[in-house]
Amino acid sequence: MTVLIVAEHNGKQLATATLNAITAAQKLGEVHVLVAGSDCLNLVEQVSKINGVAKVLHADAPHFAELLAEEIAPLVVSLAAPYTHLVAAASAFGKNIMPRVAALLDCSQVSDLTEIVDEKTFVRPIYAGNAFVTVQSDEPKLVLTIRASAFSAAVSGSQNAPIEAVMATPAQDLSRFVGRELTASDRPELTQARVVVSGGRAFGSAEQFDALLTPLADTLGAAIGASRAAVDAEYAPNDMQVGQTGKIVAPELYFAIGISGAIQHTAGMQDSKIIVAINKDPDAQIFNVADFGIVGDLFEIVPELTKQLQNR
Amino acid sequence: MKALVAVKRVVDFNVKVRVKADGSGLDIGNVKMSMNPFDECAIEEAVRLKEAGKINEIVAVSLGEKKCEDVLRTALAMGADRAIHVETDEELDSRAVSKILQKIVEKEQPQIILLGKQAIDDDANQTAQRLAALLNAPQATFASKVEVNNDEIVVTREIDGGVETLALKLPAVISADLRLNEPRFVKLPNLMAAKKKTLEKQSIEDLNVDISGSLKMVSVAEPKARQAGVRVANVSELIEKLAAANAI
Ligand SMILES: Cc1cc2nc3c(=O)[nH]c(=O)nc-3n(C[C@H](O)[C@H](O)[C@H](O)COP(=O)(O)OP(=O)(O)OC[C@H]3O[C@@H](n4cnc5c(N)ncnc54)[C@H](O)[C@@H]3O)c2cc1C
Repeated sequence: MTVLIVAEHNGKQLATATLNAITAAQKLGEVHVLVAGSDCLNLVEQVSKINGVAKVLHADAPHFAELLAEEIAPLVVSLAAPYTHLVAAASAFGKNIMPRVAALLDCSQVSDLTEIVDEKTFVRPIYAGNAFVTVQSDEPKLVLTIRASAFSAAVSGSQNAPIEAVMATPAQDLSRFVGRELTASDRPELTQARVVVSGGRAFGSAEQFDALLTPLADTLGAAIGASRAAVDAEYAPNDMQVGQTGKIVAPELYFAIGISGAIQHTAGMQDSKIIVAINKDPDAQIFNVADFGIVGDLFEIVPELTKQLQNR
Repeated sequence: MKALVAVKRVVDFNVKVRVKADGSGLDIGNVKMSMNPFDECAIEEAVRLKEAGKINEIVAVSLGEKKCEDVLRTALAMGADRAIHVETDEELDSRAVSKILQKIVEKEQPQIILLGKQAIDDDANQTAQRLAALLNAPQATFASKVEVNNDEIVVTREIDGGVETLALKLPAVISADLRLNEPRFVKLPNLMAAKKKTLEKQSIEDLNVDISGSLKMVSVAEPKARQAGVRVANVSELIEKLAAANAI
């Protein structure tokens, strides 16, 4: 059994979620990684050093630079023949590209899987994580996307997997890349952080969200997350949203502050090791999933918490 | 210009579904059903494009049992001009749905095809992308802003770490994220008026689609339950507990 992983990257660095996918795929067989891009030889070399990678396929063309689904999907399909599984992380990148691959190959895709039982059997969440379904397929080829938080990240070693240049498929010219705006941050990435502090609607304004959560996050070396209500109210940018339709996180320590605990939110954080809830409503649902809860006003508790942590 | 919007009838987002005791499936016999929230955004966007004079017809499509008529009526009440119901009691996964939609698109020839980014029941997030592939059309998934120009659509989409803007040739497939818009509230008179609009029936047999080959469901289980923990009286006690657990 040989698996092809489609690498997510920005031309310089591999996305960490791909490292989680590499770990997951090792359960299925030999792992090859496809790096498609434009002028990214350094990256290709980085990938060849990751433990568990048996071969790196490198496709270089200007039209691969922005990793558009219309360009990458036909490339993956052109390389698919020897592989039993075509895999990517269930990030915005993987979710965008892999179903297109599956349709072109006319095969099933198991989305956002959390467990690989065997090469035909997988577990995945449905209904915002209210249930986990075990699915099976006898198809000769399957497309999989991997929930990164369910698998550890592969690490680099001293190995050098062979690198093979592959033919670029021709440009499709169906869509054109216009631009990308990324939120700059020197904080740890939300999905990889050891500690996440998340705020909800209760903060009342972007200023207060920032004024209260930033010092707490700085003190803890944490990433900042948000509920959908907080994102909708523009207290935080959309890529900070945790939940069914946002990011799935599973840090060692998660703070839910002024967040009610709707299932769509808890779907994205219930695998955290320790959950702390701060909410003024003693009956808030969030307390049902929290290891430690404080009932009270966040505008008093958060500054106090930050102060006491700084003084430790 | 014509827009085609696919809508799915799903368990309402406020319902907490339960797994059947024998793990054979979910207990959704009598729960409230609604239009998939992402599909509501898709319809809303089409209606806004029509109001802005960018398109002149909206066709809503739904696949599934008889009761899907309800979500089609909602779509019509929101502003779709007519509806197509592919009626079937068969369980359809994204692979089957995208193949059926492909046939409808080939017949209707819309320039813009809008879908929700995922259905909140199976959370698969595949149909729009698959449909785009089958049509050899461009795709913009997780859209938060759509602008129609003469011969292209400019879409801003939500990605990890920010947003990205793409220009797509037509026809194009777009999947809606929740931030695309706030769907309008359907008023009763509009629902009544929607009864007069055309709702056409189609069958999978008529459309001649092969929908075999879906994933088999082996079993369904409850998520690992989290135990509610303890309440702490104040910040000092919280810090003590976190330190004792080696979390800080
Ligand atoms: C299809 C769909 C997908 C969704 N996806 C997501 C998702 O991915 N992520 C997500 O988060 N949501 C998602 N939602 C929305 C979700 O259902 C909730 O509406 C949302 O999570 C609520 O956010 P909140 O808890 O911040 O706000 P609220 O529900 O308004 O809760 C605010 C909380 O703050 C508390 N509070 C108020 N003032 C204070 C104070 N001074 N001090 C302490 N506590 C205070 C209140 O008691 C309350 O519990 C989705 C919804 C739908 C329909």
